Amino acid sequence: MSAATSPLLSVRDLRIVFDGRHGPLTALDGVSFDIAPGEILGVVGESGAGKSLTGTAVIGLLDPPGRISGGSIHLDGRRIDNLSPEPMRKLRGRQIGAIFQDPLTSLHPLLTVGDQLVETILTHLPVGKAQARKRALDLLKEVGIPAAETRIDQYPHQFSGGMRQRVVIALALCAEPKLIIADEPTTALDVSIQAQITTLLKRLCREHGTAIMLVTHDMGVIAETADRVAVMYAGRIVEIGPVAEVTRRPHHPYTAGLMASIPSVHTRNAVLNQIDGAMPRLNAIPEGCSFNPRCGFATGFCREHKPGLPVSAHAAACHFPLMEPAHA
Amino acid sequence: MRESGPILTVSAASCRFDVSAPALSRLLTREPRRILRAVETVSFTVERGTTFSIVGESGCGKSTLARMVVGLQRPTEGALHFSDITRIDGTIGPPRVQMIFQDPYASLNPRWRVGDIIAEPIRELKLRQDEAAITRRVGDLLEIVGLSRSDASRYPHAFSGGQRQRISIARALATEADFLVCDEPTSALDVSVQAQILNLMVRLQKEFGLTYLFISHNLSVVRHMSDQLAIMYLGRFVETGPADEVFGNPRHPYTRLLLETIPDVEKPNRARRPMSGEVPSPIAPPPGCAFHPRCAMAADICRVERPPLRDVAAGALACHFG
Repeated sequence: MSAATSPLLSVRDLRIVFDGRHGPLTALDGVSFDIAPGEILGVVGESGAGKSLTGTAVIGLLDPPGRISGGSIHLDGRRIDNLSPEPMRKLRGRQIGAIFQDPLTSLHPLLTVGDQLVETILTHLPVGKAQARKRALDLLKEVGIPAAETRIDQYPHQFSGGMRQRVVIALALCAEPKLIIADEPTTALDVSIQAQITTLLKRLCREHGTAIMLVTHDMGVIAETADRVAVMYAGRIVEIGPVAEVTRRPHHPYTAGLMASIPSVHTRNAVLNQIDGAMPRLNAIPEGCSFNPRCGFATGFCREHKPGLPVSAHAAACHFPLMEPAHA
Repeated sequence: MRESGPILTVSAASCRFDVSAPALSRLLTREPRRILRAVETVSFTVERGTTFSIVGESGCGKSTLARMVVGLQRPTEGALHFSDITRIDGTIGPPRVQMIFQDPYASLNPRWRVGDIIAEPIRELKLRQDEAAITRRVGDLLEIVGLSRSDASRYPHAFSGGQRQRISIARALATEADFLVCDEPTSALDVSVQAQILNLMVRLQKEFGLTYLFISHNLSVVRHMSDQLAIMYLGRFVETGPADEVFGNPRHPYTRLLLETIPDVEKPNRARRPMSGEVPSPIAPPPGCAFHPRCAMAADICRVERPPLRDVAAGALACHFG
């Protein structure tokens, strides 16, 4: 994070619990991170690690029984985690845009893409209908939809997956938000289309100064798109830092194991490095460091004391961080 | 590997689907019949004890091809032939073929206990005589795939995605299968779990001399698993060959672009040109080489004449150049 500019988004010690029959389950356990203006922060982790939940909490779409039980979220210096629904609704779309995984379910099937864009623009910006349509057209061109003049009056089903995701991105950009939460934006797409979408996101980020929180399980997408990355495990950030640092010299044994378990396109190994076991369920998070049962370096100390995440440019929540790149 | 030689020979197999509008509306709108060419004259052989992979983007026909191999889909033209093999138990006959599906949440009956799920093929094929032997076999299978014998009495919901995929593999092995068709077996799993399943599959291949037909869109997984591979585009093979050869020296522009565009952790900031355009519809494929609208090297001949799949070096290539 750059020290010169104040962060656009600042999440501090965020806790989310789900109230269940057997008492509350802690899904997010003290998550803190910042996103600077124009920065892409990748959030990576396995399913259930809490990465999407973090995004949902930031955008204020957390559904009951999930609730924020502690911590704070500040956007541009303003606290947003305790807003009532109406101001939150105004903020959403205007200040924070969202891109979800499946472009078909995030578009209304019975409205033309133009109508959907115009509706969003009219909701958030003080413009007339004609202006809104012009802006919608400009947005479609901006996200690289060919023949935007005819495409604007078509329905989502007439678009291919990649083109639909471009429309969703255009929708998120309608009100020029400062922050976009992109939750697995490329997962449903083919590799060749994936690259088009990540390139587009990077370009938008550069040209508009939009910050992006990119939630994905694909380390490759993060490595090629994000500036910094936060690795999540069992509801906590276990490592955060600049992308090249984290992927090349991981400090946390989990990150190191994760990196080593990705098969390489360049070389072929007889056996892949695997992390045995699975991420613990929410009701069975081990004492101490939640990674200790799967960690090759765990000691008695790790089983008793939960490691904190130090505040530094490249930090790992580990009692015995790996310092040698040779480990993985 | 106990025996080599081809186990599956596919000769010029095609699969077409009639996706025309109903006859009456066709008559009224004077629309012609519309045929979706999912797989077009595809030929290959799979050697016993090896892994043959098919790579391609969605809609290229790779899953249809997998369904033809397991017999869920009849080829419209051409033929698939399984060679007789000597099985592990000494009997001679065609290989037993099983399939492992992509989504382990959809492919296991949620109302059946894991033990019953794995025992069903044993009962159905009468591979064991009495209940005690079946229970023993189910326990053995669970241990083979890295689960515990006591897991037989639990229901699928108690297992994670990776464990469910292990159960799917145990069910496939329960038939004493020789040939497994794996349709994206790890794409629903997280990376660290994916590594566990891939390692398990490699170990089982060595132990039981299994042959895999591996379908995937993930090039790094394919690189890890394959002996031979075929790159498929719009229903046809565009490049085939030994995995090391295709990855080390990709010849077809599509293969090269695929390799160039995949997100890569090791070389994230290499210069890459995202492939423009999208996969055309298999109902109305472009004339000539199907890849020409997206190909940077396309010349006039590519727009008119479809390049045949011809032998080059250790593999085959369908391109006018290269």
